[in-house]
Amino acid sequence: MLAKRIIPCLDVQGGRVVKGKKFADIQDVADPVELGKKYSELGADELVFYDITASHEKRGIFLDVVERVSEEVHIPFTVGGGIQSVEDFRAVLQAGADKVSVNSAAVSRPLLIDEAAVRFGNQCVVLSIDAKEVDGEWFVFVKGGRDNTGKHLFDWAKEGERRGAGEIVLNVMDTDGVKQGYNNEVIAQLSEQVNIPVVASGGAGKMEHFRDVLKHGQADAALAASVFHFGEIELQALKQYLFKEELPIRLG
Amino acid sequence: MIAIIDYGAGNLKNVQHALNLLNIECKVTDQPGDLQSATGIILPGVGAFGEAMNRLNEAGFSDEIKSQANQGKPLLGICLGMQLLFQKSYEHGEHEGLGLIEGEIVRFEHGLKVPHMGWNQLIISAQNKESLINRDVQDDDYVYFVHSYFAQPKNEEDILHATDYGKPFTSAVKRNHIMGMQYHPEKSARVGMQMLKNFGEMVR
Repeated sequence: MLAKRIIPCLDVQGGRVVKGKKFADIQDVADPVELGKKYSELGADELVFYDITASHEKRGIFLDVVERVSEEVHIPFTVGGGIQSVEDFRAVLQAGADKVSVNSAAVSRPLLIDEAAVRFGNQCVVLSIDAKEVDGEWFVFVKGGRDNTGKHLFDWAKEGERRGAGEIVLNVMDTDGVKQGYNNEVIAQLSEQVNIPVVASGGAGKMEHFRDVLKHGQADAALAASVFHFGEIELQALKQYLFKEELPIRLG
Repeated sequence: MIAIIDYGAGNLKNVQHALNLLNIECKVTDQPGDLQSATGIILPGVGAFGEAMNRLNEAGFSDEIKSQANQGKPLLGICLGMQLLFQKSYEHGEHEGLGLIEGEIVRFEHGLKVPHMGWNQLIISAQNKESLINRDVQDDDYVYFVHSYFAQPKNEEDILHATDYGKPFTSAVKRNHIMGMQYHPEKSARVGMQMLKNFGEMVR
């Protein structure tokens, strides 16, 4: 049976992982390759590396990280952050990434999805969407949740699928960082409206939140960052827990 | 030395990195002539079937792969590389494959999320349980998949592994020394590395 995936997300700046105050029990956590390896050994199903440098001259450092990850980590990983063009896709894929996620650049120029899908295949095009509820309707936001694009979430997701995205990551802005759980309702709605995998993002605080979004939210995967980095939730324990909750989970 | 075929499609580095880590000698090559001196061949690939076959034909790889495989050289197709071993694919039209294994490539039916993406389990076929490629690999082990089309081999004895997605489909094939894996062993953590190691043993 196809397993539900647990995906730690690592923000990378200047070649190092951006972390909070405390990282539990992991040596040299600032090295994205070491941390990625560690997560892979603990049972992560995939990894996401997000370039938050957002400056062109530092791009090379990030590509080096991608290359080293592909040498040392033998699970799939997605790269995102600052992807603007087919050329950017090519650069990170050539460095060894399996998938590339696009967000605001696809909103500004949806054709980017078509171009990347034709050139590299649907399987490596991940459409990442930041969404927020406004007066009972779900809209697509950009610029860290500041700008409402006026696009409706479900329309945009379906358009992305039609243009060739192979997966959607839905980041719900209202629940992000609050650690009170994912928004299971909107993720379930999205999951029913598209025919490609949906990854839930934003809101994980407890193990139960993962269970709920994978069960009731019908998400194919759950992404989280700080709960793993801060050692609030241990990956191995989480996967054991989800397995006991009768979700299809890959152990060992 | 294992030759990893570079025909301009997809990510070869990950396969190469995995073999390097296992201390299996390998070389990425875009020269069909290199296949003769190789002890084994890996045909990787992501992307579309028709385009990949065109590239293999244009580069002169198709005939050389067939000739080497017919001489008994171990051959492993990965993902699209597995599909290319078959006679025909229905991905965006109808395309002829290498024809080393009888059968066709078809799309997953409606009602399932496509691509079939993520970790899924192996069912090891009874006739291949004892094959070296399966050493230290068990039923229900997880491997990583990303694909929208799958193989339907004509002969049941060619099935190496099956996997359940809606219903069981063939996730790996083996006809003597010709093998194909729909999943990505190079991305499948311990289980995948074990199978690449086993392939390395078969090549020696």
